[in-house]
Amino acid sequence: MIPAAFDYARAGSAQEAIALLGEHGDEAKLLAGGHSLLPMMKLRLAVPSVVVDIGRVTDLSYINDGGDHIAIGALTRHRALETSDLLAAECPLLGHVAGEVGDPQVRHRGTIGGSLAHSDPASDLPAAVLALGGTLVAQGPNGSREITAGDFFTGYFESALADDEMLTEIRVPKAPGDGWNYQKFNRRAQDWAIVGVAAVKVNGGTNVALVNMGSTPLRAGAVEAALAGGASAADAAEQAAEGTEAPTDLNATPDYRNHLARVLTRRALEAAGVS
Amino acid sequence: MEISVTVNGETRSGDVEPRTLLVYWLRDDLRLTGTNVGCDTSSCGACTVHVNGESVKSCTMLAVQADGEDILTIEGLAPSDDELHPMQESFRQNHGLQCGYCTPGMVMAAVSLLEENPDPSEREVRLGLEGNLCRCTGYHNIVKSVLACAAGETSD
Repeated sequence: MIPAAFDYARAGSAQEAIALLGEHGDEAKLLAGGHSLLPMMKLRLAVPSVVVDIGRVTDLSYINDGGDHIAIGALTRHRALETSDLLAAECPLLGHVAGEVGDPQVRHRGTIGGSLAHSDPASDLPAAVLALGGTLVAQGPNGSREITAGDFFTGYFESALADDEMLTEIRVPKAPGDGWNYQKFNRRAQDWAIVGVAAVKVNGGTNVALVNMGSTPLRAGAVEAALAGGASAADAAEQAAEGTEAPTDLNATPDYRNHLARVLTRRALEAAGVS
Repeated sequence: MEISVTVNGETRSGDVEPRTLLVYWLRDDLRLTGTNVGCDTSSCGACTVHVNGESVKSCTMLAVQADGEDILTIEGLAPSDDELHPMQESFRQNHGLQCGYCTPGMVMAAVSLLEENPDPSEREVRLGLEGNLCRCTGYHNIVKSVLACAAGETSD
C-alpha cells in the first residue's frame, strides 16, 4: 500500500514547523516517527495534502531532570525512554510502558510526542502520562501553553492541540520506587492492548488510567475515589468500568472489556503495593 | 525530491516521490531485492533494515525520511562475497529458516537485537523478535540461531 500523494516539507525547528502548519492549516500533518501516521495514510484514514517532517528537530529529543518533574522532548523515541536511567530511577512507570509499545522496530522510530498527539485510546503512552497527571507543552505562533493530560485528550484520535500548534514537551511528576504497575492484555505479540491499566502512586494518592475503555484514555475516577475513601484494592477495582464506554471490535465486547478492566485494575493495584 | 542516502556503505542518490516508501525505493530503484515486503502494515518485519544501526520496518518509513541517513540492508551485512555474517552463518547452521521469506528481516532484527543486548536470554530473544513473523512458524530454530550466534557457537 502506498499513501495518497502529498507535498513534503521538512522543518528544521519547531518554529519552522509551526509556520508551515499556519500556512497549510488542517490540510497539513506533522510527521514525527511516522509509526502511527504512515499506516493511517496507507489505509486512507488520513489523507493530508502536506506532510511536515519534524523528524530532524533533534533539539526536541531529551529526557531532563526538572527538579520536581521529568521533562521529555516531544521527539524522544520510545527506545530512549525505555533505556533511560533517569526515568528508571525517577519515573519507572513511563520507561516501562514505553518498552511495551509495539515491537523493537516500532520503538526505534516512534516518539512520545507523536503517540500523544495521535491520541489513540488504545495506545499505551497516553494512558501512562494521564495516570501520572502529566503536563503537555504546546507551542503555537503566539508562544507556548501548558495543557494538563486530563484536558489534552478530547475525543477519538482528537487532542486539544490547535491546527497550528505542535507538542514540544511532556512533563511528568517524579514517581520513584515500586508503587506502579502496567497491565496490558492482548492476544498476540505486538498488538494494541485490548484493555490496559496503568496504576501509580504519585503526589500522595493512587492514580489509575485505562487503555481502550472509551474514545479517549480515561482516568478510573471511581476507583481513585474509592481508594481515597479507604476501600481495599479489590473493592475499588470493582468500579473500574464505571463511567467508561468500552468499544466493541473483533477482539472483545464491551462486557468483556468491563470485566478485563476490573480484573486488570485489581492486578495493577496489588502489584503497585496498594492493598 | 532528490535524496542522497548511504546504503550499505555507498552513497546512493535518487529522485523520489514523497510518498515512496523506503522499501520500494530499495527494491525497485536500487534493485536491492533482498529486503522483502510481507504484510506492508508494519506487522511482519520482513522489510526490516537498519537505519543508523537500529532495526526499522522499511515499509513504514518514507524514502525522503532516509535522506542523509545510513541504511544497511541484508545485502550489506556479509563482510565479503565469500563469507557470511555470523548471524547468517548461525541461521544456516541451525536451520533457522524454512521457506526463507522472513529470513532477511529476521536476520536484520536479530543483529540489531544483539547490538543492544549481546547476551540475551531465550525470553529476551523471543521478545526482541516480537516484530518479526515467520508464517512457517519456524521460531524454534530461529531463536536457537540467535542464541548460538550470541554465544559465539557458530563454526567457520
